[in-house]
Amino acid sequence: MTRSSKIFRYVGKRLLQGVPIIIAIVVINFFLLNLAEGDAVDVLAGEAGSATPEYMEQLRKRFGLDQPLPVQLMVYLKNVLSLDLGYSFRHEMPVNALIFDRFAATGLLMTSTIILAVGFGILLGLLAAMRLNTWKDNIITVFALITYATPLFWVGLMMIVVFSLNLGWFPTSGMTNVAAFYEGWDYVVDVSRHLVLPTITLSLFYLALYTRMMRASMLEQYGQDYVVTARAKGLTERRITYVHVLRNALLPVVTMAGVQVGALIGGSVIVESVFAWPGLGMLAFESLFARDLNLLLGIFLLSSMLVVAVNLIVDIIYCFLDPRIEVN
Amino acid sequence: MADFWRRYRRNRAAVFGLVVIILIIIMALTASLFYPNDPFRLMGKPLSGPLTNGFLLGSDSLGRDVASGIVHGAKTSLLIGFVATIVSVFIGIFFGAFAGYFGGRVDDSLMRVTEIFQTIPSFIFAILLVAIMKPSIGSIVIAIAVVSWPGVARLVRGEFLALKNREFVQACHTLGMSDFRIMLREILPNCLSPIIVVGSLMVATAILIESGLAFLGLGDPNIMSWGFLIGAGRTMLRSAWWVCTFPGVAILITVLAINLIGEGLNDALNPRLKERQ
Amino acid sequence: MTQKLLSINDLSILLPIGADRQYAVQDIGVELHAGETVCVVGESGSGKSLTARAVMGLLPAPHVRVDRGEIIFGDEDITKVSYERLRGLRGSEISMIFQEPMTALNPVMTIGDQIDEIFRYHVSMSAKERAKKALSLLVDVNLPDPAKIIDAYPHELSGGQRQRSMIAMALALGPKILIADEPTTALDVTTQAQILQLIKDMQKRLDTGVLFITHDFGVVADIADRVVVMQDGKIVETGTTKQVLQTPSHPYTKSLIAAIPRLKPRKARSRAAEVVLKTEGVCKSFGGGNSFFGLGRANREVKAVQNVQIELRRGETLGVVGESGSGKSTLARCVIRLIDSDEGKLQLGDVDITKLSRNELRPHRKRVQMVFQDPFASLNPRIRVGDIISQGPILQGVDQEDASKRTYELLDIVGLDRRSFERFPHEFSGGQRQRIGIARALSLKPDILVADEPVSALDVSIQAQILELLDDIRAQMDLSMLFITHDLRVAAQVCDYVAVMQSGKIVEMGPTAELFANPKDAYTQSLLAAIPGKDWHFSEFKT
Repeated sequence: MTRSSKIFRYVGKRLLQGVPIIIAIVVINFFLLNLAEGDAVDVLAGEAGSATPEYMEQLRKRFGLDQPLPVQLMVYLKNVLSLDLGYSFRHEMPVNALIFDRFAATGLLMTSTIILAVGFGILLGLLAAMRLNTWKDNIITVFALITYATPLFWVGLMMIVVFSLNLGWFPTSGMTNVAAFYEGWDYVVDVSRHLVLPTITLSLFYLALYTRMMRASMLEQYGQDYVVTARAKGLTERRITYVHVLRNALLPVVTMAGVQVGALIGGSVIVESVFAWPGLGMLAFESLFARDLNLLLGIFLLSSMLVVAVNLIVDIIYCFLDPRIEVN
Repeated sequence: MADFWRRYRRNRAAVFGLVVIILIIIMALTASLFYPNDPFRLMGKPLSGPLTNGFLLGSDSLGRDVASGIVHGAKTSLLIGFVATIVSVFIGIFFGAFAGYFGGRVDDSLMRVTEIFQTIPSFIFAILLVAIMKPSIGSIVIAIAVVSWPGVARLVRGEFLALKNREFVQACHTLGMSDFRIMLREILPNCLSPIIVVGSLMVATAILIESGLAFLGLGDPNIMSWGFLIGAGRTMLRSAWWVCTFPGVAILITVLAINLIGEGLNDALNPRLKERQ
Repeated sequence: MTQKLLSINDLSILLPIGADRQYAVQDIGVELHAGETVCVVGESGSGKSLTARAVMGLLPAPHVRVDRGEIIFGDEDITKVSYERLRGLRGSEISMIFQEPMTALNPVMTIGDQIDEIFRYHVSMSAKERAKKALSLLVDVNLPDPAKIIDAYPHELSGGQRQRSMIAMALALGPKILIADEPTTALDVTTQAQILQLIKDMQKRLDTGVLFITHDFGVVADIADRVVVMQDGKIVETGTTKQVLQTPSHPYTKSLIAAIPRLKPRKARSRAAEVVLKTEGVCKSFGGGNSFFGLGRANREVKAVQNVQIELRRGETLGVVGESGSGKSTLARCVIRLIDSDEGKLQLGDVDITKLSRNELRPHRKRVQMVFQDPFASLNPRIRVGDIISQGPILQGVDQEDASKRTYELLDIVGLDRRSFERFPHEFSGGQRQRIGIARALSLKPDILVADEPVSALDVSIQAQILELLDDIRAQMDLSMLFITHDLRVAAQVCDYVAVMQSGKIVEMGPTAELFANPKDAYTQSLLAAIPGKDWHFSEFKT
């Protein structure tokens, strides 16, 4: 069997493994919905102010809420599969429309954060490991330790205090300047300016994480036998570091980057609400305040699927980095 | 034990972390001595800056003393951090031990469940759980425990998988020892070191999650916590920076200290790893 | 005499503060000439490997460093040359091969790329030339299908193939000196013989001086021209192979050589009538089936044990010999029911234990006990030695006091201090730990001892003591023993009968003396032919 067909089989297997996970998450979602006090009808009735019990009974029948739980579950599964995530009574819009509306903003924030955190994390970790126990290593290690311990929202708030309120370099909140109707290149610049602080805030923690991991991973790889072999072959330290050690050291970091995507989405709830970034996190924050459970669950479901998808992509990347994958 | 302390002491940062945590615990325990009043009570002029109007660290928009809030909030943060960690470590050990020891179908099914919980974005899941159960100390602890156990489970499973094929475990089989006793008496004590290290780091993470939840308005409304102070102060960032800043510093110091302790424990319990560096 | 390549003069290597001794190596002197093989022999901790590393300038800095002395190569002192010069020497003038070729090769780089590097960093050649040269090197070291192996990753090769690739790499630029640090220790005996032959052939072709580090006197006998014996960082004896092996002068050398198991098979004792253990048609496979919608890794089914019949009588020792992967350890674990066999019958005395459940089996457990290979993995580090030994009887219903009394007796029997009772395993050496393991196995007064490579992790002098202890105990307690080993010398010394296993099957079985003198199966013949140092008769002396 050739290598490419092995990878193909592996990807197929991982895809199939993702299916039960998604179904399980949908089921968890459904039960969370049922666990909550009151159902959609209670919410509607609350909205209307007063509703007779008869009317509520009628509504329940219409929504299928009088059916036994398993039937409701099947209906729910069917709805989710047809991309119907329910209705947000607050926004008076279908949940999926709301979510897709906000998805781009979050996607932008996540992408820039991942690039910043993974890129710089690897770079700093590499630098620290190569300059072990020098002032550079010490500064990087202390920096990583402190950022690793700082609450996200606090970093965000302090960023606003320093860079927006005092220095005035970046806007405090939002994605665009609402007053100025920029177009074309100006629009891009405007969004980028708004993007800087949220990205830095969200990436700092992960930057610290990847820096620490990369440093530890490099040090571990430096202790391996193949490094001694490489030295015995008369290779330069440069070659040993950048070709032999680096590639092996990257493997656990790449795995970790995949695992952390879920946490990153969670972090975006806080960062988006600090900077009023109009993405899914902000939407989650709003729905939390408005007690709009349907919407919150929709966001939850979508972000879980996103994690499954990203993990798959990371696995495929990993396949190309590590020739041993079919052994495991 | 003396040996352990000797190795732990070698990491000066870890000793520093330990001292800091002990001070914070003392502060939490003696909170009512220094600030006998309810931290929710109005103590003076609202929005006073630090060191003005008799406030060490200033007051918030309702005239509540920030310093009092920090001292009283320490109890909440530490308590939630420790309890949530203990609960999730127990769940994790249970899942991991059975999956790793019995392998096969037991392993498959337990690990599928773990995988699902690991895939779900944990902070959003925690938000959902607290929102559904209504914010309270109990619901926050449950939510944090539910989202943090998969890591422990995977770790414990890995250890059990490796240790169950060790020859000393096989020797126990040949002596006719029961599975339960092998798991509890023979294998578990040998994987306590990594569990302790991971557990100590989880306390730090739990404190961060709690503060994040409180910041989003999902803290227990009747109990003072650091996240609560920050959440209450964020709308007044322009006029009163101190309301947010000092509780944030408190969280930072605590989490940093716990992380340092975790690294010290790692050095002391897994000496082999340190030697490489 | 031929050209002198290397001379190590009064070399001392400092260990980090807090180590068990100050110097790893103290005031040693070694010389190496072109075309010559010098073996540095010693037990673990003798400093032989660090000596090899020092020649390459590869001491684990900054903790371990040269304190004084010189290593003269040509007209340069390697301990003093610049880093750039050292780098230039490594791989081109002086090369090295290692014990564990799996970890010594970079796992994410193809063999071809790893060979290519040597050329790129030492000589200027076009990519095409380099590729051609690499391929011809793989041909030289007799690798099958070199065109395929050049693009293979290390994990895709067998242990022997990996070591051949390492040798190709080391000899790529025709170095003057090859340093071989236990290069065959991780390999099976037949592969070992081939690799040793390959090193000899290459040496002859390139007139290389080989500095060969080993613990195995058999290997020394096969390849060395001169021998250097090390103990605790000092050289205790040097001389030609013949001098050292036949007329050793230093007591340590004498004791080492005396400890080598002789290839004189023991005479089988007269057979008792009582059969204590019998297997019929035992089979065990691993893997197979269970693929994920046909998309998972195609699971290969490995038939670890196939249709094995053995019979063990009261008081005798049956050896099961074979190379790694032959199924000998799996067979041992099936017999003791650590693994359930797929088919076949296991008869313990007059009880059929094949189908017994774990609970039903418990009372019979005490009749057959096991001694394990790894003295470090076989004792729970968290439990006191006394409890390790006494927990078996306690589990079987003996009360605490009697169990403790028995434990003290057992400590006497295996030659350990009674105070060991209160200690933890990490306070003991490998040999002592193995004694603890034996005491544990004896705690239930078994009829049968299954010993799975009980001495293969031990130094040769300790090995001899443990073998002697096992033999004494067997005689004293009228035990029967199933003795699993890869080492035919050990088998010759302790076994009455020997079964040779290959790929899960027993290919030949018979009284040890007969089987060694007159092997019928081709595989048995190749195994016997591959025993290192088989043509030497190490002299006997009293120590």
